Amino acid sequence: MSPARGTRKRKASPSTQGASTASTGRTTATSAAAASEREPVAGRPRTEHRRELLHAMLRIRRFEERCVELYSAAKIRGFVHLYIGEEAVAVGVNEALTSEDAVVATYREHGHALARGIPAEAVMAEMYGKTTGCSGGRGGSMHLFDAGRRFYGGNAIVAGGLPLAAGLALADRMRGQPRVTCCFFGDGAYAEGEFHETANLAALWNLPLLLVCENNLYAMGTAIERHEAQTDLALRAASYGMAAWAVDGMDVEAVERAARRAAESIRGGGGPRFLEMRTYRFRAHSMYDPDRYRDKTEVEQWKAGDPVTRLMDRTREDGELGEKELTGIERRITEEIDAAVEAAEQAPEESVEDLLRHVTSRSTEVT
Amino acid sequence: MGTGRADERKTTYREAMREAMREALRADDRVFLMGEDVGRYGGCFGVSLGLLEEFGPERIRDAPLSESAFVGAGIGAALSGLRPIVEIMTVNSSLLALDQILNNAATLLHMSGGQLPVPLVIRMTTGAGRQLAAQHSHSLEGWYAHIPGIRVLAPATIGDARHMLAPALADPDPVLIFEHGSLYNTAGELAPLSSPVDLDRAAVRRRGTDISLITYGGSLPKALAAADELAADDISAEVVDLRTLRPLDDETIDASVARTHRAVIVDEAWRSGSLAAEVSARIAERSLYELDAPVERVCSAEVPIPYARLLEQAALPRTADIVAAAHRAVD
Repeated sequence: MSPARGTRKRKASPSTQGASTASTGRTTATSAAAASEREPVAGRPRTEHRRELLHAMLRIRRFEERCVELYSAAKIRGFVHLYIGEEAVAVGVNEALTSEDAVVATYREHGHALARGIPAEAVMAEMYGKTTGCSGGRGGSMHLFDAGRRFYGGNAIVAGGLPLAAGLALADRMRGQPRVTCCFFGDGAYAEGEFHETANLAALWNLPLLLVCENNLYAMGTAIERHEAQTDLALRAASYGMAAWAVDGMDVEAVERAARRAAESIRGGGGPRFLEMRTYRFRAHSMYDPDRYRDKTEVEQWKAGDPVTRLMDRTREDGELGEKELTGIERRITEEIDAAVEAAEQAPEESVEDLLRHVTSRSTEVT
Repeated sequence: MGTGRADERKTTYREAMREAMREALRADDRVFLMGEDVGRYGGCFGVSLGLLEEFGPERIRDAPLSESAFVGAGIGAALSGLRPIVEIMTVNSSLLALDQILNNAATLLHMSGGQLPVPLVIRMTTGAGRQLAAQHSHSLEGWYAHIPGIRVLAPATIGDARHMLAPALADPDPVLIFEHGSLYNTAGELAPLSSPVDLDRAAVRRRGTDISLITYGGSLPKALAAADELAADDISAEVVDLRTLRPLDDETIDASVARTHRAVIVDEAWRSGSLAAEVSARIAERSLYELDAPVERVCSAEVPIPYARLLEQAALPRTADIVAAAHRAVD
């Protein structure tokens, strides 16, 4: 596994052929791709597991496609950031986490929330701004929460979730709990001080923190080579003294392997780990974005490496998935999303009398 | 110990704050202190001196100069069930953590539909008077008092320094404590606590009938000195110490204005858009017909606080300014 690219500039091109994970080759960054691509996850029948991964990714894809329709129909408003194209990251990383672990995500977090197990109904109702939403209609698309599942948002300030994630990890370290806090953020967060402050703090205090950078090559409309002087993100993370490596974020099985390996070493007391997930969003930044800054051929190239299709093809090649099963998966997803939309439609609006609820724990705020 | 009455003892504002933290750390192992130089150095203003030796480096946790990261870490630790006390060196440097305080600490409860209370205490120094110039001297607590979802405290007495921390830690929501730098060396008697401090209530520090001097924090000693001077002129001044800047205790302010029919608001922040502006607006809204004179405000000059002693003193509210404002209202 050789370094995937030069250190100064990374051309925006997909790496779909055979590149599972790429090491940064630094002292702390070792090859994550020791295991072959076709190796099953230990102790689980491969076919069944792949079906689950496929189902999880397709579920996110179809959910968001429905969101687009509902946005056009003005059922959903506000900023909506689609994860389409990046599903392998949330789904693969989630496989490495237990229900005891914590997740902090960004404003592009429908995928993370669904992968984490927040019911589609609760996420959809939140997009509708209904009282049954996972944030009681107060958060919307960018602020999905579920305290019971230890899903801490949904942060709309780029890099703003990182310090908070360090604190969740700090609490576990102080109490000796062998849990992992997983924080997702984008390549844009690399330009924020909060990323660097947190990376330093996490390494300094040996925090059980899994830093997952979803490098989709654009900070909104600014290409990475236009916002980072050094575009090798794993290299820079390694400079803080934590093991860091780059992963083909379009390959869900590679993502899972890397995340498992990272989570395992974190649980073993190894301190923070950094994964750069090389990925790409197929849609515009948000519903407002005319997507003028990307070359159409670039988008098409990356779409050719669609993580959903890729896993589908692989399972077909290996004779693990027939058309009938695929149809079955699609049907179950459609039924689930239909039910979620129907429930969101029917759910009550939060009462305006409750406007000031939850400002403080005293229920209504006194000023 | 015990130079005064048997149940009172000599201490300072700094020691009282330290004693409050020591008590909290002893009482609850979820409590820990985190910030720049809180451990080996003993706190940049010496407040946590000696705590490292008693509680160790895990609970008296020196943090790098990363205000945003360690305030955010305090938020995360609070979400996870701990009770952090985060110390920030000055209110000016707290601006580096403003994202975490405003966008996370103050909003998570609401944004999550009530799922995520943040039981975090953040302490920091504020205020001028020590020739520390424009980046270490401002009074920005009024900005924080603008924000729904957080409680803002300004202990001005040794008693409040000693006794406001416990209820702040018991509050399920974020509490910001502003300690005026000029108060740390204040020495005096610490009376035993008769009942826990009610964080929703202002305190009337001196009763009076002719005018209300409404203030908080580092301006309280000046207002009390002004009340002494006014007494010599036969003007009976009441001194109201807001001590909780959010939520404001409207009832105490209303009651005082109803007694005296005149008000001077003393606030070391700049006048424009200040807490003094908020208090005077509320008096106008709630007690206009009680007033026998326009509300007066004594605030800092609208200038970055200068270094030179003469200039700095000229920029800040002075006792003489308060006395003059009171005379304008009464005469």
